[in-house]
Amino acid sequence: MTIHVPHTTGHPALGPLDELIACPTCDGLHRLVHVAPDMTARCRRCHTVLLAPRRGAMTQIVMLAATAAILMIAAIFFPFLELQAGGLNQRTSIMGAVLAFSHAGMLPLSLAVAAFVVGLPLARFVALIYVLAPMALGWRPARHAARVFRWSEWVRPWAMAEIFIIGVAVALVKVAGLAKVTPGPAFWAFAALVLVTVLKDNFMCRFTIWRTLDERTKS
Amino acid sequence: MSVHDMANAGRTHEILTARRAGLVGCTTCGKVHPLDTRVCRRCGAALQSRDETSLQRVWAWLIAGLVAYIPANVYPMLITQTFGKRQESTIVGGVIELVHHGSWGVALIVFVASVVVPIGKFIAIAWLAISVRSRSAADGHTRQHVYEIVEFIGRWSMIDVFVVAILAALVQLDFVASVNPGTAAVSFALSVAFTMLSAQNFDPRLIWDAYEADDT
Repeated sequence: MTIHVPHTTGHPALGPLDELIACPTCDGLHRLVHVAPDMTARCRRCHTVLLAPRRGAMTQIVMLAATAAILMIAAIFFPFLELQAGGLNQRTSIMGAVLAFSHAGMLPLSLAVAAFVVGLPLARFVALIYVLAPMALGWRPARHAARVFRWSEWVRPWAMAEIFIIGVAVALVKVAGLAKVTPGPAFWAFAALVLVTVLKDNFMCRFTIWRTLDERTKS
Repeated sequence: MSVHDMANAGRTHEILTARRAGLVGCTTCGKVHPLDTRVCRRCGAALQSRDETSLQRVWAWLIAGLVAYIPANVYPMLITQTFGKRQESTIVGGVIELVHHGSWGVALIVFVASVVVPIGKFIAIAWLAISVRSRSAADGHTRQHVYEIVEFIGRWSMIDVFVVAILAALVQLDFVASVNPGTAAVSFALSVAFTMLSAQNFDPRLIWDAYEADDT
């Protein structure tokens, strides 16, 4: 079953390997052809999206990631929520919410929540800017760009900013009967950040980014 | 359609796979390599035609998630103190409380995120892992959909952990009312993380290999 295929010459029947693409979900082999911007190419067997290039995607992603990073920094430092009940007042920042578990002797959980809500999303924004800004400007990729991008894709499911904001909404309803809660500027910054993240992920086509990185490295 | 499949006569679902062509595809960037290549030339990811130990890791993480889910339901998630009166509520207890308050919508969100999704996920992953081995199971697209749903929805169970964190940070009014996290928060977070890892370790290519076996 194993056919030895030299990399330089390609497959005897299928041609150069650079013109092939394997579906990551079902291993189906497809011949790569030019996919026009705003078109989507799917795997013929399992319908997984293979390529979905968008016009100006690199620039848009860099802009959106930069916006999200700035919003995240604002969200960390401004007051997040304020609770008022019978003359008593309690304020919390995002860091306060993140550190809530450490007061109850659950420091590891605090660190995990800090990573899910603040650390990993922020690191992903920075990583995307680092990898894609040179692409958007038509430069050569930055050093270790491939490693950074691979890491940022690998870490993606663990960046949970959008889940946190739904958690905030649920918590607000839970205390609504007992006290008055006022969202602070950090709340709005964080909500905006979630919207920007969703927009940004819509522009992302990871196979296109990998191909562009590869071509720029070679040239 | 812009990407054409290979010239490949035969049954409709039959498609030439990289493995059959003596090649290996990178699941990170899609690049195709000769079968004996170990590391992707484009992105540097480790290459494997089929992840041989995938199912073992899926089961291991799944069982870990299941074990962590038990204390998550037995121990309290929230400890509330109002005027010196201490009240502990578990995950299900919290949902019942919300229903008593009449917040049906939020009760439903919490119930789905903390009970329906985790249990559904245990069943779905176990079913996928079994169905890949036995050759009688449902068609590839059904299994593929189940896998995609599990991958997409698993992270959302973390909602309850975040709710506890926000409540504990916000409701600290000394004697009047204070909310503190209970031990179940840790077990629940671990359970969610373990099942996420279980789903990530599943190699979806196994779904389609089994399907090919059904066909022939």
